[in-house]
This record gives sequence, C-alpha cells and structure tokens, in this order.
Amino acid sequence: MFDRRLIEYFDWVLLGVTLLLGLMGMGILYSAVAAGEIIPNRVLFIKQLIWFGAGLVLMFFSFLINYKNLDRWGIWLYIASIALLASVLVFGKLVGGSQRWLVLGPVTMQPSEIAKLAVIIFLAKYYAKYSNINGMSLRELIKPFLIVLIPFMLIVKQPDLGTAMLIVLIAASMTIFVRIERRTLISIMSVCIVTIPLIWFLLKGYQKQRILTFLNPDRDPLGAGYHIIQSKIAIGSGMITGKGFLKGTQNVLSFLPEQHTDFILSVLAEEWGFVGTGLIVLIYLLLIVWGLNIAHGCREPFGVILSVGITSMLFWQVFINIAMVMGLMPVVGVPLPLISYGGSSVITTIISIGILININMRRFMVD
Amino acid sequence: MKIYTNSVDIEWYKQRLIMMVFIVMAAFAILVIRLFYLQVIEGEEFRRLSENNCIRLQSIDAPRGLIFDRHSEMLVDNRPAFDLSIIPKDTSNLNQTLETLSACIQVPPEELMAEIKKYKGDLSYKPILLKKDIGRDLLAAVEVHKYSLPGVFVDIKPLRHYIHKESAAHLLGYMGEASAREIGGLQYPEVRSGDYIGKFGVEKIYENVLRGKRGGRQVEVNATGQVVRVIDTVDAIPGHNVILTLDLPLQRKAEELLKDKVGAVVAMDPTNGEILAMANSPSFDQNIFVDGLTTKEWQDLLSNPHKPMVNKVTQGEYPPASTYKIVTAIAGLEEGVIDENTEFYCPGFYKYGDRIFQCWRKGGHGHVSVVKAISMSCDVFFYQVGQKLGIEKLAWYAKGCGLGLPTGINLDREAEGLVPTISWKRQRFGQPWHSGETLSIAIGQGYNLATPVQMVALIAAVANDGVRFKPTVLKSVITAGGKQVSSGEHKITGRLPVSKEVLDIVKKGLWEAVNTTSGTAWIVHLKTIEVCGKTGTAQLVSRKASDEGIGSDDPRHLQPHAWFVAFAPYEEPKIAISVIVEHGEHGSSAAGPIARELIKQYLLNEG
Repeated sequence: MFDRRLIEYFDWVLLGVTLLLGLMGMGILYSAVAAGEIIPNRVLFIKQLIWFGAGLVLMFFSFLINYKNLDRWGIWLYIASIALLASVLVFGKLVGGSQRWLVLGPVTMQPSEIAKLAVIIFLAKYYAKYSNINGMSLRELIKPFLIVLIPFMLIVKQPDLGTAMLIVLIAASMTIFVRIERRTLISIMSVCIVTIPLIWFLLKGYQKQRILTFLNPDRDPLGAGYHIIQSKIAIGSGMITGKGFLKGTQNVLSFLPEQHTDFILSVLAEEWGFVGTGLIVLIYLLLIVWGLNIAHGCREPFGVILSVGITSMLFWQVFINIAMVMGLMPVVGVPLPLISYGGSSVITTIISIGILININMRRFMVD
Repeated sequence: MKIYTNSVDIEWYKQRLIMMVFIVMAAFAILVIRLFYLQVIEGEEFRRLSENNCIRLQSIDAPRGLIFDRHSEMLVDNRPAFDLSIIPKDTSNLNQTLETLSACIQVPPEELMAEIKKYKGDLSYKPILLKKDIGRDLLAAVEVHKYSLPGVFVDIKPLRHYIHKESAAHLLGYMGEASAREIGGLQYPEVRSGDYIGKFGVEKIYENVLRGKRGGRQVEVNATGQVVRVIDTVDAIPGHNVILTLDLPLQRKAEELLKDKVGAVVAMDPTNGEILAMANSPSFDQNIFVDGLTTKEWQDLLSNPHKPMVNKVTQGEYPPASTYKIVTAIAGLEEGVIDENTEFYCPGFYKYGDRIFQCWRKGGHGHVSVVKAISMSCDVFFYQVGQKLGIEKLAWYAKGCGLGLPTGINLDREAEGLVPTISWKRQRFGQPWHSGETLSIAIGQGYNLATPVQMVALIAAVANDGVRFKPTVLKSVITAGGKQVSSGEHKITGRLPVSKEVLDIVKKGLWEAVNTTSGTAWIVHLKTIEVCGKTGTAQLVSRKASDEGIGSDDPRHLQPHAWFVAFAPYEEPKIAISVIVEHGEHGSSAAGPIARELIKQYLLNEG
C-alpha cells in the first residue's frame, strides 16, 4: 500500500525554504509588533505561531492523499468557495469598510484565500483536458472566463480589489502557459485596451486615490501618499547593512502603516538592510523557481498545470507586495506569503506549498 | 494518457516552463534593482529623513463617549485639562528653564526637577509630565512666557466630568488608571500604560464602546522643540455615546427620598426590563476619581460601615422578608396545597412541634384566605402553606421566580442571592434540614437572601403577566455624530412558573395590600393610581430570641430592614419598584412612601 518512493521523492528543499521563510517572518513580526505599542504584541506573535503550526500539521496530513484526487474534488471545492464568498457578503464581519472575514466561533477566516486555490485547481483540471499545441480558442476560453468571473465579482463586491486582481493574474498566467491561439490572443488584448479606461469609473474613491498617489506621491503627502513615502523612507534608511534587529526607528515610532501585515517588508528592509532584504528576495526566487522545477519534473498535465498555477500565485503575491512597498506599484492589499501577519494567508500558502510537495512525491506514479 | 492530453505531450510543457523561468528571473531582477536604488544609492538621503531628531509623534487622545439618560439629558461629559510637559533635550539650559517655569506656575524648581529625575537614565526626546491639570490661569502665564521656555509645552487632554455630582454614581461607575493586568490582556487591546479606563459600572461595562481610538500627529520640530511643520495627522476617533434607560428626574427624586437613609431603590419598566432609576445611599462623588485619589481617601470610602462603594441594588443581599410571600403564595396555589378559598385561622401565633412561631401581629388576623393573607401579610397563614409545601418545592418556585440567580443585568459583579435547599445546607454547614426552618423560609426569613434588582424583576414579572425580562440599563449606542450604532436589547428570560388564574389571585392580594384600609401598605395608596405592592420587614434578630418583641428603643443597627416592592398602575403597569431601607424598621412606614412618591412622579409627573 505505502510506497517507499513517496519518502524518497520527498522535497526537502521546499519544506526547508518554507520553514526558513517562516522563521525569518517570525523574527520580523516580533520586531514589527514589539514596536507598535498600540497592538497587543505578544498575542499577535503567538497567534501567528499557532497558524504556522496548524498549517504545517494540515500539510503533513495532506501528504497522505494523492493530489490527483483534487481533479475530482475541484468542482466541489469551487462550489464551496463560491458559497463561502456569497455568505461573507451576507454574514461577514465588517472591518475598515470592507467585508472580507467570516467568523466561525473562535476562528476568523477569509474565504477569498480559499477561492484563490479553488480557482487554480478547477482551471488546472479544465486545461489539462482541453489544452493542445495550437492553443486555446475563444470558444474554449468561455468556461475558464466564467470560472474566474464569479469569484472575481464576489470579491470585488467585498471590496478587496487586491485579491480579485490576483485571481485574474493567476488565471491569466495559467492560460498563457497552456497557450492561446494567436487570433484569440489579439482579439482579447484589443478588448482589454478598450475596457481598461472604463474600469476607472467602477473604482471606489479610495482606490482611485491610491492609483493617483502612486503616479504622483507628492500630490498628497499628508494623506494617501503617506504610506508610500513612509515605506520608502523606512526601506531606504536601512542602507546596506540595516539598523539592526529591533532598531528600526520608523517602525518604533509607528509611522509605518500596517507594519505587521502588508508592509512588513519595510520593517525588514529598515532593520536588515540591503543584505538581509536581498537575501529574502533570493529565497523567494528559489521558492518560485523550485515550484516551476516541480512542474518540469511532473509527468502528467494536471500536475504540471496545477504546479504552474500554484507557483504563479506565489510569484504574483511576492512580486506585487515587494513592488508595492518599494513604491513600484499602487498600494493594494496583498500580503507577503509566509511573512505577513494573518492566519488565512499563512495557512493557504503552506497548504499550497504542500500540494507542490505532494505533486513531486508522486511523480513516479504515472498510469 | 491519450484521452488526457490530445495532441499535447509533456515535452511541450517543458519548453514553456523554461520560458516562464526567464520571465520570473526578469521580474525579480527589477525588484533587486529597485531595492539597490532605494537602499544603496538613495540610502543616505532616506537615512537622514528617518533620523528621529526632527520628527516627533504626538499622541492625540480620543474624546471618550458621553453618557446620557433616556431623554438625552447629559450625565457624563469631558472637560479639557491642561497638562504641562517638558522635553529636557529641547531645553538649551534645563535649570534656567525650570526656574522661569517655577516662577510662572508657583512650584519650587526642586519639585519640578524631582519629576524629571524620576525618568533619569532614559533622558530622551520623550515628553515628561510635570504637572497635571494646571487650570486656565496658570496656562495663560505659561503661554505668555512661551518663548523663554524652550522644551516646555502644554497638552490638552479631555478629562471625565460627572455633571450631576453623586447622582447614579453606582450605575455610571468611575474610571481609574489601567492596571498591569488590564494592559496586556485581550479585553482592552488598545490600552497603554497610564491610560484611564472604566473600573466600575457603565464606564467599565461599556469601556470598549466609550473609549474611541487614539490618533497621532507626526510633526517636524526645530532645535528648541517648537513645531515647525505638521507632517501628518491621524485623527483620533471619538468614542461612541451611550444612552441609558435611566430617567434622570426619577433618579434624582429617588436619591432625594433616600437622603440621610441607608438603602437602595430600583425602578424598572415591567414591559421591557429597562431600568428607570437605580439609587444608592450613601453615594460618592465620582469626580474625585478623575484626578486620582489618595490612599487615605480610598481607604475611607472602603471602610465606611454604610458601604458607599457598593451598588446595593445589584450587590446588596438582604433577607427578602414578607416580599417573599409572593413566592410562597404562587407555590401554594400552583401546587394545590391551598386554593383561593382556603382559610386558616390566625390567633397571632402558630404552634409547630414544640416551637411557637409568632405572627407579626400579636392579636392575630382571625380567619384569612390567601388574598387577605397577602394584603395583611399574615405570617401564620404562610407558615402553614410553607409547611405543606416543604423546602424543596418552595426552593423550586423561588428559583423559577428568579431568586438565587443573577438577573443578568448589564452591570458587573452582580450578587446572586440565596435560595436555601436541603443539599445546600448539608454542604454549607454539614447539618440536616429542620422542618421548622421551612416555616421561616416561607415568610422570607432564615437563610433567604435577595438583591433589590432580583425583587424588582420579580414584581415586574408579576405585573407583566408572568413574563420575565432581563433588566437592562442600555437604551442605545450612538456615534459622536449622532448615528445609531446599536440599540439595547429587551430580552425575555423566561416565565414565572405560574398560571394566569393564580397570578390574578396574587395580584388581587397585592392590590388589597395598598388599596384597602386593612392592608399593610394602605399608607402607599393614591387617589388616581391603583398601586399594587408588598411590604417586608427583615428581622435581623431571630424572632424567637426576642420573644419580648422588638421595640423602637432597640439599638439602630438591630432595627429590621424595610422592604417595599410595587408596581403601578394595576391595569397595564408602567413601572415596577423595589425599595430597601436598611434599619428602616417597617416596610410600610420607611420604604412604602418612597415608592409612592416615585410612582406619583413617574406616572403623574408631579414632585
């Protein structure tokens, strides 16, 4: 029953990278919350630790199940996540003007995180079945379009534009990976060029504000530009070697916005400098290239496309978050995987990495 | 394999994967280049900007929510207090600055120096508080000399102000500096050391609603510590205002009536559980807590024998005395040991075994049925009902009537009273129950204990056809801008274990107690309103021990407590009241008139 090769093929590198990032994340989180007197610091730290542990436990249990089962479960997972997204709009907890969290007893969860994973699995199943050398035709893309559209609309409604965009980017990456017909690609791109200006009118006031501020941070240094300027000052002032652990001043004075969630990299950059931050960026690069390597080693389409989907999710989150805190992109609420504070994000990321490891473990099992 | 992939084979995917690796590499290259630009090329400039010698963060305290009565009459607000602080590093010459300052505010410089010395070792850019709440005159003096006082500044802080001194003090509560335990805890996540938080009453229970969110101001200062530029301001968010169910005129009337007595009054709307008045005597002035009180002041308050710091309405436990006969009557009628027409003969005493149990009326009441027994408060009648019921049945009904359990009112540390049972006595004293004790319990003496709020909830349920409401003090919560956030809930906690027919008999007894000349509460009757009520006189010395009778010449502290519970009007009741006057002697004479005056004021709007 149990195949010894499962252990032989176990990907220790991926597990090691996960643990390493988690460990470094804890250190930064400690520094971020130790400074912010406003926040009950120990509590946040311990909660993050618990989530991390819970994620690892879930991951190890998931190894017992063959990832190929996700092929069959994909549809149910997808339906369940849509139901959760719908219910969050009805029963969700209102925080800071948006309704993203579902409270289940002591646990608060963010259904959009689950939806991300569900869309990846469902799309992987579809593309594995229909992809061909010529690429996907317009007709064949209707179903993927709908698969993305439903959760996208529900998440935009919360509103959580960051996660909604992330789902689109992940789906786009997967679609481009399985290739689109040239004709189809051209028509889709022309439609996009026309519609993008229209989206501007659908954005909420604060979202427009963020984009304008991104284009010109000095426009409003007291208001919306504050986040970007403070974050850049924090990062830049770290210089080559950083100010040292717990020595960040921007952080200590609580000038940094969301210093323990989306902007945690500023804390890191201020205290650890170019050396430390560059190292973290390289570790993330290793994680992502390793994910693509697993796709490369896999010998059946569903596994290949699934690992590409998961890896692109990790890539986009890392890229958007780091680009955002460095002022390369508008401020969107995307957490830094494994390092930002937040249970839903930590657990989803660990489980996703678990699926990658799972795919690698079973690459010998080709029918 | 075939069905799965059509014309795509695994090698085709591998080529596309290699393309992806290049895209990822390019994207990461952008990130590293940007990082290099910010930290290495522009690093020096950003480091200079981040140095904290010219940028300060000033905290802006959030104004705490106000508290109003049900008619939006303000009970608690905030007044500005001016705190004098200094940043030693910003003074060019600390001693000289302190000397100038001491001349301004008439405090010896040594004293000011002592305040600064407390922080020695950490002499940084952190402001040090020199003097709290300096008042407008001293403020003017400091402002005039502003330019010869580098490093000195005045903080405006909102301080709590209780408008109606001593009024509803136990309900509103008071504030105090957060303890170490409260700071680290989950209950108040935003509280920092030095913050004041609610410690008692509404201030405590609704702490998280009232507090609001602290703001901050990021400012650039020059070498003398004067603000040259405000870089950014995060506004404080004021706390929500709390509207109580309290009726201030009724509350003040109750306090006036309780003056020079020791006791408590609670009034409630029987149709929804809203508390209309909650008065305690003696009371205390909450304003003395605002600036912090000395150990001696605190000790004096705690050691006062009349316990001014205890909310007697929810925390005072007293034998319910004859007001308990409502429970005994309900139990007797429901269990069928008596009916409306059952009569007992009262010669003024009742012989049980070899003991004589006295009726409060030496001459006796003659033949009485349950209605007369309630209205004349005949002990002998209820001794016999209690004897027929037994202690366990009696206790079951008492608990069903809400005794022996907290009412669940939204105030902290509510006492639960006591409903004695056989097993309770065995556990508590290790002794068996004596059947004679049941007789004392039946008339509300013995181990029985109840709080005024339990009794008002009970009489309100009687008035409200048996439906029990949870007493509540919260009408609604609104934002500082006046938008409603939530409204207080009217929660039904259950029903009295009694049928409509039985309740009507009990109510008739309560009506006759007030509205017939032979009733014990005749003194309470009003021409225009039909009041129903029950008196109670809680003996503090067992009746057996003082067979000679308790005279008014007994020492004050042995005088019985006076109870009165009432509701009005008889049809469609609008108010339920429970009054206790410690050592007030008789329920009718000491407690009854207080209830009468309050009912008059509430229903007829006359003082």
